[in-house]
Amino acid sequence: MSLTREQLAMRVARELQDGYYVNLGIGIPTLVANYVPDDMDVMLQSENGLLGMGPFPTDDQVDADMINAGKQTVTTVTGASIFSSAESFAMIRGGHVDLTVLGAFEVDVMGNIASYMIPGKLIKGMGGAMDLVAGADNIIVTMTHASKHGDSKLLPQCTLPLTGASCIKKVVTDLAYLEIADGKFWLKERAPGISVDEIVKKTAGELVVPEVVPEMQF
Amino acid sequence: MSGFDKVVNSYEEAMAGLEDGMTIIAGGFGLCGIPENLIGEIKRKGTRDLTIVSNNCGVDGFGLGVLLEDKQIKKMVSSYVGENKLFEEQLLAGELEVELTPQGTLAEKMRAGGAGIPAFYTATGYGTPVGEGKEVKQYGDRNYILEESITGEFAIVKAWKADRFGNLVYRHTAQNFNPMAATAGKITVVEVEEIVEPGELDPTQIHTPGIYVDRLIQGTFEKRIEQRTVRQA
Repeated sequence: MSLTREQLAMRVARELQDGYYVNLGIGIPTLVANYVPDDMDVMLQSENGLLGMGPFPTDDQVDADMINAGKQTVTTVTGASIFSSAESFAMIRGGHVDLTVLGAFEVDVMGNIASYMIPGKLIKGMGGAMDLVAGADNIIVTMTHASKHGDSKLLPQCTLPLTGASCIKKVVTDLAYLEIADGKFWLKERAPGISVDEIVKKTAGELVVPEVVPEMQF
Repeated sequence: MSGFDKVVNSYEEAMAGLEDGMTIIAGGFGLCGIPENLIGEIKRKGTRDLTIVSNNCGVDGFGLGVLLEDKQIKKMVSSYVGENKLFEEQLLAGELEVELTPQGTLAEKMRAGGAGIPAFYTATGYGTPVGEGKEVKQYGDRNYILEESITGEFAIVKAWKADRFGNLVYRHTAQNFNPMAATAGKITVVEVEEIVEPGELDPTQIHTPGIYVDRLIQGTFEKRIEQRTVRQA
């Protein structure tokens, strides 16, 4: 079976370490916050100027001055700090954020990522995504391996306008965990019950398959 | 001593001198920390052909979105827009121009503009549509693009508290772009929830020093919430 959204988030959460500052994008990446191990302290960075984002508020905690980058009302955790957008992006661009997780439409063998322009739709903007991919060293992209029509999203070369060039090294899809190096995808793990053949079939860019591909355990 | 008193008595006075075709730098992220009454005054004045530098353009009927109603905006410089129908309509009709700018680059353009730095190199946007036509320079093994800073004839800012000298404190994430916007206006106009006497704010806790502030006014705020998201108690 391909991974559910929750399993994708759980797989990504295994990359977390105690003391990590983490920026989670909108969608599946946001779910990663639900799977931070109990024995680990992780601080979530929200690019509108918050380090130490907490859960959504209860009804009586709602404060219009306290929102996340998705413009949702949020709370802070103990030890949080709040700052300006320039400060926020200084920590992002300066490489101070330990892990960045974001979605994408396409990635390619050179580590290029396309994530902000949907073909045929009005372009709303890149928000902070270009800064995040340019500034972070440790980025995990989460996405489905192929489109609904079966077209691979792991390509020899991105077809959509890029969000960032040569910046992605790790991808978790609903079928596999892959790394990108030397102009190739490297298959590292497969989703439970997913055959290597299926992954090969749905990966358009050059894929290196080791003799043994471990199955993810949940 | 009164030479440092930045308080003005009306919104009309606060936005006096704003003319057609000017550039306004605005603080705020989504609807959070926006100078809602100063925007209302710009609407009332009916000033046109404005270039507005702001992370977003409000929503239909609130925030900068109200300036779309009478087509007062010529160009938006933003990182994310289109939360409003009117915006989309005017964009598709060619009545509105948009310069999409990565959020961190936008913040840095304001910061640099206010700090007298005309341009800066950044890796953000290299190899993307944002980098097209811009100077590229290699440092180490990475490529960077040259981004020009931004200043405006006016900056409009929302803070939480101020003293009469214009020293500002922001509240929570309503800070966002406001401190940078405050530095980037030739005339910086700030509206706050409370004005206190000089000396009442702790000097070590000031976010924006009064040197950046030209006009200050106390207002009341609706503080509309864009995405009210709650959990069960």
